[in-house]
Amino acid sequence: MLSHLRTMWLVFIHLFRKKETIEYPEEKVALHPRYRGRIVLTKDPDGGERCVGCYLCAVACPVDCIALQATEDENGRRYPDFFRINFSRCIFCGFCEDACPTYAIQLIPDFEMGEYNRQNLVFEKEDLLINSQGKYPGYNFYQVAGLEAGVKKKGEGVNEETPVDVHSLLP
Amino acid sequence: MSTIVIDNKSYEVKQGKNLLEACLGLGIDLPYFCWHPALGSVGACRQCAVKVYKDEHDTHGKLMMSCMENIKDGLRVSVADKAAQAFRSQVIEWLMTNHPHDCPVCDEGGSCHLQDMTVMTGHDYRRYHFKKRTYNNQYLGPFIHHEMNRCIQCYRCVRYYHDYAGGKDLNVFAAHNHVYFGREQDGVLQSPFSGNLAEICPTGVFTDKTLREHYTRKWDLTTAPSVCQHCSLGCNTIAGERYGQLRCITNRFNSQVNGYFLCDRGRFGYEFVNSENRITQPLIRNQAVEAVDETTLMGHMRKLMTDHTLIGIGSPRASIESNVALMQLVGKENFYQGVSDNVRFIEKRIVEVLQTGVVKTASLQDIQQADAILILGEDIWNTAPVMALAVRQSVLKTAAHHALKHNTGIPTWHDAAVQELVQEEKGFLANCTITASPIDEISSCIAHNAPDDLARLGFAVAHQLNGSLPRVLVDEDTLAEVIDIAVFLQQAKRPVIISGTSCYNEALIRAAYDIAVACKTPDKEVRLAYVMPECNSMGLAMMQAPSFETAVLRATREKNITAIILENDLYRNAPAMVADLFFNSVQHCIVLDSLNNLTTQQADILMPAATFAEGDGTLVNYEGRAQRFFRVFMPGQATIQESWKWLLKLQALRTGVLNEGELHPEDVLKQAEQLLPQFAGISASAPHHDFRINGQALPREPHRYSGRTAMLSNLAVSEPKPKQDNDSPFTFTMEGYSGMPPSPLIPFFWSPGWNSIQAVNKYQQEPGGSLKNEQAGIHLFKYNPHAVPVYFKDIPEAFMIRNDRWLLFPQYHVLGSEELSAYSKGVRELSPETYVAMSASDMARHGLTNEHVVTIKVFEQNWDLPVKADSSLPNGLVLIPAGLHGMAVPNWNAYVIIMKGNR
Amino acid sequence: MSTTQQIWIVIGVLFVLLNIAAGLIWVERRLLALWQDRLGPNRAGPLGILIVLADTLKLFFKEDWIPPFADKWIFITAPAIVVGSVLLSFVIIPFAPGIVVADLNIGIIFFLAMSSLGVYSIVLGGWASNNKYALLGALRGASQMIAYEVFMGLSLMGVVMLTGSFNLGDIVMAQKHLWFVVTQPVGFIIFLIAGVAETHRLPFDIPEAESELIAGYHAEYSGMKFGMFFIGEYLGITLISAMIVTLFFGGWLGPAFLPPLLWFVIKLFFFIGLFILLRASLPRPRYDQLVSYGWKILLPLVLANVLITGAIALWLRG
Repeated sequence: MLSHLRTMWLVFIHLFRKKETIEYPEEKVALHPRYRGRIVLTKDPDGGERCVGCYLCAVACPVDCIALQATEDENGRRYPDFFRINFSRCIFCGFCEDACPTYAIQLIPDFEMGEYNRQNLVFEKEDLLINSQGKYPGYNFYQVAGLEAGVKKKGEGVNEETPVDVHSLLP
Repeated sequence: MSTIVIDNKSYEVKQGKNLLEACLGLGIDLPYFCWHPALGSVGACRQCAVKVYKDEHDTHGKLMMSCMENIKDGLRVSVADKAAQAFRSQVIEWLMTNHPHDCPVCDEGGSCHLQDMTVMTGHDYRRYHFKKRTYNNQYLGPFIHHEMNRCIQCYRCVRYYHDYAGGKDLNVFAAHNHVYFGREQDGVLQSPFSGNLAEICPTGVFTDKTLREHYTRKWDLTTAPSVCQHCSLGCNTIAGERYGQLRCITNRFNSQVNGYFLCDRGRFGYEFVNSENRITQPLIRNQAVEAVDETTLMGHMRKLMTDHTLIGIGSPRASIESNVALMQLVGKENFYQGVSDNVRFIEKRIVEVLQTGVVKTASLQDIQQADAILILGEDIWNTAPVMALAVRQSVLKTAAHHALKHNTGIPTWHDAAVQELVQEEKGFLANCTITASPIDEISSCIAHNAPDDLARLGFAVAHQLNGSLPRVLVDEDTLAEVIDIAVFLQQAKRPVIISGTSCYNEALIRAAYDIAVACKTPDKEVRLAYVMPECNSMGLAMMQAPSFETAVLRATREKNITAIILENDLYRNAPAMVADLFFNSVQHCIVLDSLNNLTTQQADILMPAATFAEGDGTLVNYEGRAQRFFRVFMPGQATIQESWKWLLKLQALRTGVLNEGELHPEDVLKQAEQLLPQFAGISASAPHHDFRINGQALPREPHRYSGRTAMLSNLAVSEPKPKQDNDSPFTFTMEGYSGMPPSPLIPFFWSPGWNSIQAVNKYQQEPGGSLKNEQAGIHLFKYNPHAVPVYFKDIPEAFMIRNDRWLLFPQYHVLGSEELSAYSKGVRELSPETYVAMSASDMARHGLTNEHVVTIKVFEQNWDLPVKADSSLPNGLVLIPAGLHGMAVPNWNAYVIIMKGNR
Repeated sequence: MSTTQQIWIVIGVLFVLLNIAAGLIWVERRLLALWQDRLGPNRAGPLGILIVLADTLKLFFKEDWIPPFADKWIFITAPAIVVGSVLLSFVIIPFAPGIVVADLNIGIIFFLAMSSLGVYSIVLGGWASNNKYALLGALRGASQMIAYEVFMGLSLMGVVMLTGSFNLGDIVMAQKHLWFVVTQPVGFIIFLIAGVAETHRLPFDIPEAESELIAGYHAEYSGMKFGMFFIGEYLGITLISAMIVTLFFGGWLGPAFLPPLLWFVIKLFFFIGLFILLRASLPRPRYDQLVSYGWKILLPLVLANVLITGAIALWLRG
């Protein structure tokens, strides 16, 4: 019983504590770099699209709000033909960023994307693609992927041996 | 059965299997790569290691490869043993040292056996930080993409392509840790079974190049069980759709029909569904606005349906439902098969022969199990490729069986040992055809003759088997062959006789039947197979309607005739002259089809028909097996409907009875059973539309289907209601029963931890065996053991070479001869150029060389074709490629004149 | 008192009460926020007071949804009962000398009768919703209220015995020299606890219990029908506070520098604040703990209180 009264007293004196509330529109929020806000598609150091259309973000998405179609250029480099995020469904969980093997999809510290018309929350690739490497500068998937896609020749990537000479039987 | 102990629990398992198969059969997950149920064991990948103990006192045990361990009574093993687990995890780590980090751009990802096995072993972190090996890739043609970096050297590709399918141009090169799987140099893979490499490869070295054009992961596909539409075998397939486009065809295992493999025509011929040549809108020709909607169309039809005499032209590539709906609409007496008279005559004979029930029909499984095969006048390599693959297995298995008889120490699954033992030994196969085919190299007995001579050879064999049959005079060489064949057929326990329609010769059908009946004894299973020209030729033939020529005759005699042509390009089934005559004689012409062709150009009214991917239907394959294919997706345009739906609507117009109480496929099939008693039982070919498991429908989409709330949000942000399917037990979503459906309703193979097609293990009673609760369609030809056989006794005259006249026959091609698959880019690319093939001596006699162009004259039609020597072709015959896209159809099995043209 | 005056009092009481109940939405949210180091609603109007208006408008314009599986008429009646019964209870409260709607000589009995009716709204609402959570909530509500009603009535008997009257005016006047909270501390504490339970406020909001029953008996309610339950709850708080003030804290009595009505209102708001503080600080007990606590501890305690008070009263009178 006494502990109950003590609790009530302790709660009561919180009346005179400093308030934690940030009065948002007047006072801006300091967001951390890894804040999970608006989703963007980044570019690799060469300026090429980082997204290779692997569908992992789409499959990781718990609300299934990402749809894309992979296609490839004449060199066999994959990129999304279209890439659509329905932000009216997005819950900003960041699973897509976690799933992305190429650092293409990133959540940035920006949440101010309210719209009066829900249709305006459907973002296409043009709306998502930014001309920046985002949080992970210097990463180029095709340099480490082994695949030849017009970015490098076989064996010229990071940690790759020159291609095997099939006609050689030397050890 | 023997008792083995796995992890201190005892199990009853079948003898003659290896330990890996036993474990998988018991549902114990054990990783593997080089083993495959169809290929056997070689023990190459070291992945399936388990601990084997001497007896119950042995606590130490030793690591053994379970795929190389025979099942014996009292065997004690441990799968969960720490050392075995560590070993498996290390093996996969070694395999992965050189495996690139490119899963995101690898088409195998998400349906990758290597991914599954890596997760299964628990290896999750790469400690190898040194340089990775790389390879240059090869161009392997329009179907298969090569990315050699991903190889884990399991040898499955070579074992499949080279050993199983008999391909010559894919092999292993180089040595030690540099081995390379590919061709000697860049080039198109020659085998028509190359597509299976994409499924047999446990990782992404060989992937489906056509899927790559519109790449979709397995988890994103809306799939439904389907049946291949490109030949009469009726192979089971899984068709996958995304964004309203058919994306890929994969194999749907079925122990009775196709087993694990498809041919390239079946696997890559699907692109016609996405073709720009599709008919999407109903058309009423000769008016200002030709494209109309359904209401206008039906308004227009009302008059036509009531005031005119309707005749219907059926189709060998339309479903039973569609053909029956047409027959009901026009009346039995006004229904015609859309095939020429000579084809109809042969097919009618086939149906008659099979309906007697004297001989069982041979499924592909039966052919694989056969111990002697006689092919009489059918080029199965090109008309029924997977049957050729089955024949090859029979030859290899029979040889292995012979070899193992004297070497009881070697188990049948031990592929490498068995191959060593067998060497060049072969089982008995007699290939008697017009000309050479790749099957010849596994044949023990080869005869290339004119069809009439082949029939005579067949009757001679029948006479050898049963002396009471009439004697046939043949020359001495042939007689030797005849005796040879007869002896082998007599010795065999499970002989199979194969013939078919491709020679346009009815005597061959009778000869094959006579042989089958003559070698039938109580202690053996004789089986008979007739290859048919198209996917539902057997179904159409069973309807026993008159031929197209009869319809033409009637159209020329009667006035006021409206013809309804069902999914049939008549210019492919009859000479252009005959088809033209028909179109000129009928007053109105209504055509239902999915693709524009010469016939649709003649249509006054054109109705867009759904393809196999957009509609439900039943096909009857060459053995009289009725199998259902299910709609994969709803077409974008509501005007694309199954032909039978259109026809039922027309019927409602005609009778004035609005049967809005919708008819489902099984209802149409029930009507078929009433109309045509030969179809009894066909409505049970698949579970009905109201079939539910625990009250739940079956989902077409896997549970991890992605993008539901975004794929259509560019059109409208509110998600539309999922499409409803009233004709099948399937939903168009991922909601529904998530367990294992009955075999005709398996939309995809998946099991927890098994994302690749190898998940089929979980659906089988034992690895490689039949599916759990397998229902492989309904057999429409009932075997009657008490039927009294009646032999055919009229034997054709021997073929006589005529001066300056050649008998014209079709040369089929796996890629190119079939109508629908020709719309696929890759198939078109690999289709042959037109030519005319003559025997070398004929050419020499007429001073022709390979550079010449000759003119072939049939009636009034002329073809200018380059000539090509065919050393196996008998004199007096010529072959031209059949059914090539855009090539007019001559009168087959007719004499033609050949005029020498320019060089 | 003239009839016009009477009517003005009725109108005045209704107006003030409903406004207080609505205003409590804001008061509660602000107080809770302050005790949780937040600001609470402060945007609409001065200090956010117009949030009340916004909330009310919102409730009015929400779809008036009756689930197709519900028992329609009972479903509609239930929320009306709660507001009706509580408002009727206010009839007997003397807010100040002369400001009372009906100066009944059975005042306390009438209050007890009316507050017992309140349980019908819960049981009927939960039943009519045809939803398992609602029904569970309703059953809990019924057993909880039956349990606590018993000694709620008994806890007041001490006061009644000391005054010798059921009339609330008399009870207030009897406290002229000494508030009953001093002579009847046990009665006060038990009435307070029973009052919280009777209004099923936190920590005794077991019939609603968001975390287990997802809003319990009013899970299926929305719009103004839900609003009625909501208002009913705040009216309940006000009623119990008013009763505590009247019965134990001398009602309108107080030093003369403030008018009696103001004294009453100050005391009233103190107890309303206490109710909200209880909500902010105490966790919800388990359902069975609550009921057994009521029957096994509070009931004997209150009986003892009645016995001792009676004995003392008899002894005092000689």
